[in-house]
Amino acid sequence: MGEEERSVNQSYLPSEFSVVREDDRCIRCEACVNQCPFDVHEYDAEEDEVKADESKCVSCHRCVTICPTDALTIKENELDFRENAHWSEESIKNIYKQAESGGALLSGMGNDKSMKDYFNHIVLNASQVTNPSIDPLREPMELRTHIGEKPEKLEIEKEGGERKLKTEIPPQLELDIPVMFAAMSFGSISYNAHMSIVKAAKKAGTFYNTGEGGLHEDLYEYGDNTIVQVASGRFGVHKEYLDAGKAVEIKIGQGAKPGIGGHLPGEKVSEEISETRMIPEGTDALSPAPHHDIYSIEDLRQLIYALKEATEYEKPVGVKIAAVHNSAPIATGIVRAGADYVVIDGIRGGTGAAPTAIRDNVGIPTPLATAVVDQRLREEGIRNEASLVVSGGIRSSADSIKAIALGADSVYIGTAALVALGCRLCQQCHTGKCPWGIATQDPNLTKRLNPKVGEKRISNLLRAWKLEFEEMLGGLGVNAIESLRGNREQLRGVGLNEVDLDTLGIKPAGEAW
Amino acid sequence: METMESYSEKRRSSCGLAGLMNENGERMSGEKIINSISVMQERSSGLGGGFSAYGIYPDYSEQYAFHLIYENKGAKEKTEKYIGKNFDIIKDEAIPTREPKNSVSSPPILWRYFLDTKEGFSKEMAEKDFVMEKVMEINRGVEDAFVISSGKNMGIFKGVGFPRDIGRYYRLSEYEGYTWIAHGRFPTNTSGWWGGAHPFGLLDWSIAHNGEISSYGINRRALLDNGYHCALDTDSEVIAYLFDLLGRKHDLDFDTIADVLAAPFWEEIDREGKEMSLHRAIRITYGSELVNGPFAVIVGKQGKMVGLNDRIKLRPLVVGREGDMLYMASEESGIREVCHNPDRVWAPKAGEPVVGELR
Repeated sequence: MGEEERSVNQSYLPSEFSVVREDDRCIRCEACVNQCPFDVHEYDAEEDEVKADESKCVSCHRCVTICPTDALTIKENELDFRENAHWSEESIKNIYKQAESGGALLSGMGNDKSMKDYFNHIVLNASQVTNPSIDPLREPMELRTHIGEKPEKLEIEKEGGERKLKTEIPPQLELDIPVMFAAMSFGSISYNAHMSIVKAAKKAGTFYNTGEGGLHEDLYEYGDNTIVQVASGRFGVHKEYLDAGKAVEIKIGQGAKPGIGGHLPGEKVSEEISETRMIPEGTDALSPAPHHDIYSIEDLRQLIYALKEATEYEKPVGVKIAAVHNSAPIATGIVRAGADYVVIDGIRGGTGAAPTAIRDNVGIPTPLATAVVDQRLREEGIRNEASLVVSGGIRSSADSIKAIALGADSVYIGTAALVALGCRLCQQCHTGKCPWGIATQDPNLTKRLNPKVGEKRISNLLRAWKLEFEEMLGGLGVNAIESLRGNREQLRGVGLNEVDLDTLGIKPAGEAW
Repeated sequence: METMESYSEKRRSSCGLAGLMNENGERMSGEKIINSISVMQERSSGLGGGFSAYGIYPDYSEQYAFHLIYENKGAKEKTEKYIGKNFDIIKDEAIPTREPKNSVSSPPILWRYFLDTKEGFSKEMAEKDFVMEKVMEINRGVEDAFVISSGKNMGIFKGVGFPRDIGRYYRLSEYEGYTWIAHGRFPTNTSGWWGGAHPFGLLDWSIAHNGEISSYGINRRALLDNGYHCALDTDSEVIAYLFDLLGRKHDLDFDTIADVLAAPFWEEIDREGKEMSLHRAIRITYGSELVNGPFAVIVGKQGKMVGLNDRIKLRPLVVGREGDMLYMASEESGIREVCHNPDRVWAPKAGEPVVGELR
């Protein structure tokens, strides 16, 4: 059925939002008209009035933020559907959308559904009397983290009373803060967004991930803070690219769309993107769902070692998978296949575009996946052979530290970094019209994001989290992050059932040691 | 008198430690260590006291000396069956005690065994792994039975009560050893019970610990990955096992063990240079074995005694020397009480091990 045949004349979809304009405040400057990429606002010169087509509004708040006289407010459309406990407003609207388009629903960003948020049900411990809390303003507080395979034990020889290290330590990523920036490709986000993140990573002593869009030539100089990704589309992968970063990451899947490939629409493939991805301008960039050279764990092993060979065993090679039912045994297979770190991306993980049905219904929550993977690797005696990086819905220093106490070495943040740049989670990334200049390639929009300002905003975020990490560690009475890593005794569950507690490996609040 | 009594009953924080060693191997009775720990009695609450002694069983120096606590006869029968399957019992007897008095009451059954492994082992490591495994299995698998020490020519004597009373109860003045370690307990995380008193032992290790281990959760998991099961409901247990893992299985010396348990700060390590160094490698490899939180420990093993503080010295430990004698105590008074003219008394720095060795 062609598009023509599918089109219906009239939409039954009510507007999602109301645009409220206080006319006596409005000075007709038309800032909102010029700033809205969704063409909501329009100036009617005849009536000297700014009007709004509310059906197009996505509640990105760009107009509200930019309005010099605070004349604008965006509200949820108060139109009430008849109350129905089963047929929610959303489910009805989704049917209208599909009935009018015939297409799979698409969304940007992560799962926004009200499924149980485990991070909110976990609390941390603190010292009282028997061990002193440590004041991070007076005492050293160490967050340094190493990502990579660790030896099982050290061999040391004595030479004339001097201890000499005999064991060779495998290559490591050294992080000053156990937070890295998750894979977001050049293409899904703008050059300016990438530049903001890269510079913040460098400043904070951590890493950002290129995503699967290759590496823009301007960013090679930040190689010491770069993880280069190799995904199923292999866009922009070549020798110099592999050599440019400090680690190589094979992407098998992501939390927002487990089992699904990627699709960067041709409209987003500008000249620069085309060069970086090594594909013709204006063509769709399709990442297949599987890697077509990886149909089994043996195949994955071959790719891991091909990449290790190509980079002369000088860099850790990691593998990223979406958190799914079988993540724990899969992770052990990945480690045995030679990966130096494993990334587990939970169901709240973000994306530039995903089928909504997949985004909201496939995968498992990050905290549960973290707990079972860490535990399984320990049970199999191979936890030292790889680091564990987790991602998917990490919003704060507290979420991060809980993930680490459950067993992660580090977290990846994506959405949190974009929010620092102004993102309002309007979930329109897939439209390419990001009003904040983040998830777009439109030069009129990307210029809204000044990478110098962006760098500061993200650096500030990491600085704030670092201070909070230090306070939380000090409060627990430890002065090194490794003493909290996997230390589930310092966590308790509130409002969780026995199975949840057991899966997370934590005790209920109220239970002592 | 009444005021003194109420004073001594007042609960005060933390535990007391004492250790003494004759590096020339000359043996001494338990009287001295009892005096040393007793002068620090207000550091304990009467809920645990204990001693370890080395060189006390010269007649059975080649056998593993197992000290057992049994809560009931059934546990003893079960355990003996299990021991008999895996070991030849060269001798077994009740651990000699006096009538329980003062702070000591309702003692469990206390028994000791001198054992040879049934199976021959060509390697010492394999034999010790075997013994360790059996100790873990009894502690974990047999209800109401706990192996409190399992080394050769050494033993641990402990229970609920003030250290002075425990020492008297076990007739320690009748033993002669070259190293003695003592502990007075003030429990804050698990209730006072006989098996939970210090020192903790495994093979010939014994550990007396003052502190609380905030990294316990991860230390315990890392140990479990290596076959060590914590069964005694107290954080201090992990230090004993960490010494066994690092000292015996990984063959690291005390300086390196100290660098693991009380690791130097990255700032110091970075000053040594950015390239891979011993300290850098230790921190990268042994992060889960770092013992974080306040601690002072005195650790004994065959021919050795070592004292160590946490990386920022949040618990006291004082060391003294006089001739062949090495003294350690939570407070200087514990040393001065039994050594009137020490050559030297000092407080070791955070993370700096003090090692005594038989010459």
